[in-house]
Amino acid sequence: MKVSFPRMGYSHLAFRWLFEEIGLEAIVPPEPNNETLDLGVRYSPEFACIPFKVLMGTYLQAAEMGAEMIITSGGCGPCRAGYYWVMHQKLLDEIGLKVKIVGFEEPQNNYFDFVRKLNLVRKAGGVSIAHYWRSIKTAWEKIKALDDCEIFSYQVRPYEANRGDTGRALQQSLELIDQANDLPQLEKARLEALQILEEVPRAEDRDPLKVGIIGEIYVLLEPSINHYMQKMLGDMGVKAERSIYLSSYARENILAEGEQDVRLAARPYLNESCIGGHGTNSIGETVLYANHGYDGVIQLAPFSCIPEIVARSILPRVSRELDIPVLTFFLDEQTSKAGVETRLEAFIDLLEKRREKKRGTKGASLITLPAGRSKGELLPNLDVVVDNKAL
Amino acid sequence: MAKIGIPRALAYFIYFPFWKVFFEELGHEVVESSPTTRAIMDKGIKDTVSDACIPIKIFHGHVEDLIDRVDYVFVPRLVSMRKYGDFGTETLCPKFLGLPDMLNASISGPLVMLEVRIDLKKGRFELFKVYKELGERLGANNLSIYKAFWRASTVQRNYERLLGKGILPENAMQQVLGIGSTEPDEAGNFEDNPLSLAVVGYPYTIYDPYINVGLLRLLAKEGVRVYTQDMLSQRQLNSQSSKLDKALFWYFSNRVVQGALHFMDVQPVEGMIHITAFACGPDSIVDKYLEMEAKKRKMPFMSITIDEHTGEAGMRTRMEAFLDMLQYRRNKSES
Repeated sequence: MKVSFPRMGYSHLAFRWLFEEIGLEAIVPPEPNNETLDLGVRYSPEFACIPFKVLMGTYLQAAEMGAEMIITSGGCGPCRAGYYWVMHQKLLDEIGLKVKIVGFEEPQNNYFDFVRKLNLVRKAGGVSIAHYWRSIKTAWEKIKALDDCEIFSYQVRPYEANRGDTGRALQQSLELIDQANDLPQLEKARLEALQILEEVPRAEDRDPLKVGIIGEIYVLLEPSINHYMQKMLGDMGVKAERSIYLSSYARENILAEGEQDVRLAARPYLNESCIGGHGTNSIGETVLYANHGYDGVIQLAPFSCIPEIVARSILPRVSRELDIPVLTFFLDEQTSKAGVETRLEAFIDLLEKRREKKRGTKGASLITLPAGRSKGELLPNLDVVVDNKAL
Repeated sequence: MAKIGIPRALAYFIYFPFWKVFFEELGHEVVESSPTTRAIMDKGIKDTVSDACIPIKIFHGHVEDLIDRVDYVFVPRLVSMRKYGDFGTETLCPKFLGLPDMLNASISGPLVMLEVRIDLKKGRFELFKVYKELGERLGANNLSIYKAFWRASTVQRNYERLLGKGILPENAMQQVLGIGSTEPDEAGNFEDNPLSLAVVGYPYTIYDPYINVGLLRLLAKEGVRVYTQDMLSQRQLNSQSSKLDKALFWYFSNRVVQGALHFMDVQPVEGMIHITAFACGPDSIVDKYLEMEAKKRKMPFMSITIDEHTGEAGMRTRMEAFLDMLQYRRNKSES
């Protein structure tokens, strides 16, 4: 049976491996592109958020590639994402495609449903329970390893001496992890992969700005929707930390011990533990980033995302009281890369100026130097700057 | 005794009789904000982020309207009204959940909020507990709280019974609270065999005549018999729930969908109008769902999106065209 799934960052490597391991034919949908969006927008309700539209497009593309089953996640609200698989199924039925969507609900809500669906997928592949279980465990470790590499790459990127090195190193390390087939191999690959990233030549004397990225999980995790913002920031010489990874809840966050801390931090500003999606987290994480001395925070949210609108309404107060600049991007199918880049550059300039003012030093220039270029080689030849910023 | 202000927006249209009686029985004065006007909306727009929906913007405007006139503004945080849904996790729209915090962050004036968290999925007596705690905060003793709660519940029940008879909230409120002129019940004054139309949507979009530029009045003038989901009992609504593959997560949305299904299958009307606010999150699902269900049953369906720029002329034109179409359908099926 041909099985497909939504794309989210680099996780498709692990999912493809998992489905092939359990005897299914995995169809990896293409990275969301213009065609995906066009398709998604055409068949989605007008005010559905961008994740809905992207997934709709992805499913249609997957169906075209022959997928018969799509595996995705459910939810219990109040974020509407939990209802999306039901809606997607209805829309696909209406179009007349014979695709079955299996939406996994959170096991603590409905344990039997969860097990039933797990079993459904296992039977489609026809493997033993023991093998199935082992594969799932390995795939989960794989997701964690992939995230490790990604996290590490963002720490290295603002220091890279030669532009593009980190990107190439990341590609190599992801491939290494992709090729691992069991837990011992995976651990070896993970260490090797991190070593590759470690060896990227770095200019340690740089003093990058620190920026936290918060917001809704899908637009944070899928770089093609946020125009590779984290990478863009890294290339601008900014150390960009992201609050959510797919493996987040299983790892020790550098910011907080767990969800609980984030919610406690949000308490003075939003006295409700769950407003759906990552609304409460957005507030709490902004507070924590401010406390950890970050220079600024960037909020990413899909247009018309309710929890993030609530967060957006409260963030000005957090920003005022904790003295941390916050820039919000509401992303939709109309958002263009050039617009995002321009706003981002202006924001980074502002942060730089603030930092200088705080430290009492006068910076020589407000232009953010592209990573890998010292001032000497840049200044005499100004059109290099223009070229590099792709104006 | 304190002056308590209640904004005429959001849940006002369903729960105001309870709140008014409860506070007045405890000896406080209740002040409603004035009906929505352009000035109120403009104030609200100034306070809120541009991405918020129009009902939230208007709520902010109503709070601004009250702020100088009262001691407290009553802002309930409605978290859940019952234990319901596939996982028992039904709540209200996240904007209701964060409402007091949004107001705190965005209103600059000296706002003193009377905040209360209403989370009824916890148990049967939760509602009483919530109001007991609220009464204690206002300095009342147990006996008077109990009396006030009991009186308020009775009035609220009467109010809901009147809604069930097909009376619109404005008139029903006047009747149970004994304010204003007690106009004769409009529900009976129809010529023979009027067009029947279901208007579904959240109470704060269909009953606020400013937001929807007087839609219900317009329909009444045209002699149309209007039904809304609030005219159905909880039992009637619940009987439709099995038609959904998975219950929606939001209280008002479930009511809208179940009410709409009732007017499609059990008590068929000739046409259906869904009123939704621009960029409403839950409605992106509700609207598409209703559209698909109506199409399946060949029921005329119109969805009207309202925002701060909705004009009367546009609304009237669309409404007249829709009514003409219904009349045409009826003539055709009769001949």
